[in-house]
Amino acid sequence: MNDGTGSREPTSPGRRRFLISTALSGAAPMMGRIGPAEAAETGAPPAVTPGAMPTMAISLTVNGRTHRLDLDPRKTLLDGLREEIGLTGVKKGCDHGQCGACTVLIDGRRELSCLTLAAAAEGREVVTVEGLAAADGTLHPMQQAFIDHDALQCGYCTPGQILSAIGCVQEGHAETADDIREYMSGNICRCAAYPNIVAAVADARARMEG
Amino acid sequence: MRPFQYLKATNVAGALRAGRDASDDPSATAYLAGGTTLLDLMKLDVIGPTRLIDLRALASEHGTIRVDGDALRLGAFASMAAAADHPDVRERAPVIAQSLSLAASAQLRNMATLGGNVLQRTRCAYFRDPSWAACNKRRPGSGCAAVGGANRQHAVLGAGADCIAAYPGDFAQALIALDATVRLVGPEGARSIAFSDLHRDPKGAPHLETTLKPGEIVTEFVVPAARWARRSLYLKIRDRQSYEFAVTSAAVALDIEDGVVGEARIALGGVATRPWRATTAEETLRGAVLTEARAAEAGRAAFAGAVAQSHNAFKIELGRRTIVRALLAAAAMEVDHG
Repeated sequence: MNDGTGSREPTSPGRRRFLISTALSGAAPMMGRIGPAEAAETGAPPAVTPGAMPTMAISLTVNGRTHRLDLDPRKTLLDGLREEIGLTGVKKGCDHGQCGACTVLIDGRRELSCLTLAAAAEGREVVTVEGLAAADGTLHPMQQAFIDHDALQCGYCTPGQILSAIGCVQEGHAETADDIREYMSGNICRCAAYPNIVAAVADARARMEG
Repeated sequence: MRPFQYLKATNVAGALRAGRDASDDPSATAYLAGGTTLLDLMKLDVIGPTRLIDLRALASEHGTIRVDGDALRLGAFASMAAAADHPDVRERAPVIAQSLSLAASAQLRNMATLGGNVLQRTRCAYFRDPSWAACNKRRPGSGCAAVGGANRQHAVLGAGADCIAAYPGDFAQALIALDATVRLVGPEGARSIAFSDLHRDPKGAPHLETTLKPGEIVTEFVVPAARWARRSLYLKIRDRQSYEFAVTSAAVALDIEDGVVGEARIALGGVATRPWRATTAEETLRGAVLTEARAAEAGRAAFAGAVAQSHNAFKIELGRRTIVRALLAAAAMEVDHG
């Protein structure tokens, strides 16, 4: 992430930036250009002074607990969870919505915390991998299935895989192995544990629905 | 990311009011919906709005999908996933459902809105990387690094010397093929335009991608009922099987009576600078029996004006074949006209 506010003259392309920009990702902004200034009617906060951004007081509900935070508006949900709340189970992979490592459940649906502003998650229920196990420590069926099927090697993508897989089952998109492969394609595994991940999801689906 | 002020709108009126407070620089304020392109491009420093107006709350007003009379009405704040899985969409316009379910990933489809989807920016690597000085889309008048650069993914239709970036979306091809209308609301009121008039031809001003007026918000897509909408599909050819942008794609819709094509609609993705309706190709099919030879003729007609760059000549033949396969598959569909 570029936090600089100074001007940046074009230079030769950095390899990493080029990779980021050429790799794929998904769809969808909602960008409109806003027109000329007119009289303010909203009682909105004062204009922005770059370099002196005021923080925002927000409350985030994560794993059933409410956290009151004072955040830079730029803080993503991913960084807020990791740096402010200490939930480091959510992983930063690409930080551009391409790898799925930062997947969390928001209002019960799988979404990407790296492309969600923390402020935009206010009032919504966030669940991370830390919130899956029962109070007595019993693992969620999907967590247990990943262990049983050895569905990981290095484990870095695993929290995102597990949360995405729970979403996949709940959406009804885990009925066949082909469906699982298609609907889990947003979670990249650099170790290529895919066959075991597919087996784990199919197994957990039976346990979750059974 | 550069600093910005974050505001939440609670309804359309509030969003428009907040927009009116914006500074003189029209690029200083951006609407935030799903955020999947907006935050990505802000992190890359391709765009740097100083004010974001979060429109998520508009989903309660403009987020439903319904059948109204014969038309299909898709609220612009519905998620891609909601539309892709909606039974009415799947039955009445399979090409729409398929264009959405074959795009992005499950997580992104849960986040991204339909309105945001049609406004997504190009995946041209030179546009997305500000360390390249030349990009007329990012910096008007600076030139185009893709012409003569790495341009395998770029457009062969509708491109000019000032921009060859391909429009990356899928949903838009389904909408343009089915004659959809877009409903907009802005500071000067609400209006409707043909979806085919939403995106601009890049020639002369590639940085201006749509005909949206300052502050306007997309609220709804209206897809008229038509026999060909039910016999429709989206064929997407990719470098990998899932979670990838189109190299070439075709949205096709057919009305066939006693083996003869009454109406044919063809729109192309991955190959053009904007959502692209292949009208001359459609004309070759009307009144004809759809044979493979006839489909191939439509494919040739669709790419008659194509201009290849140094790395993407393959798209012309691949695009023709995409049309042939899509047309033959659509003709073979079993369709219940309800």
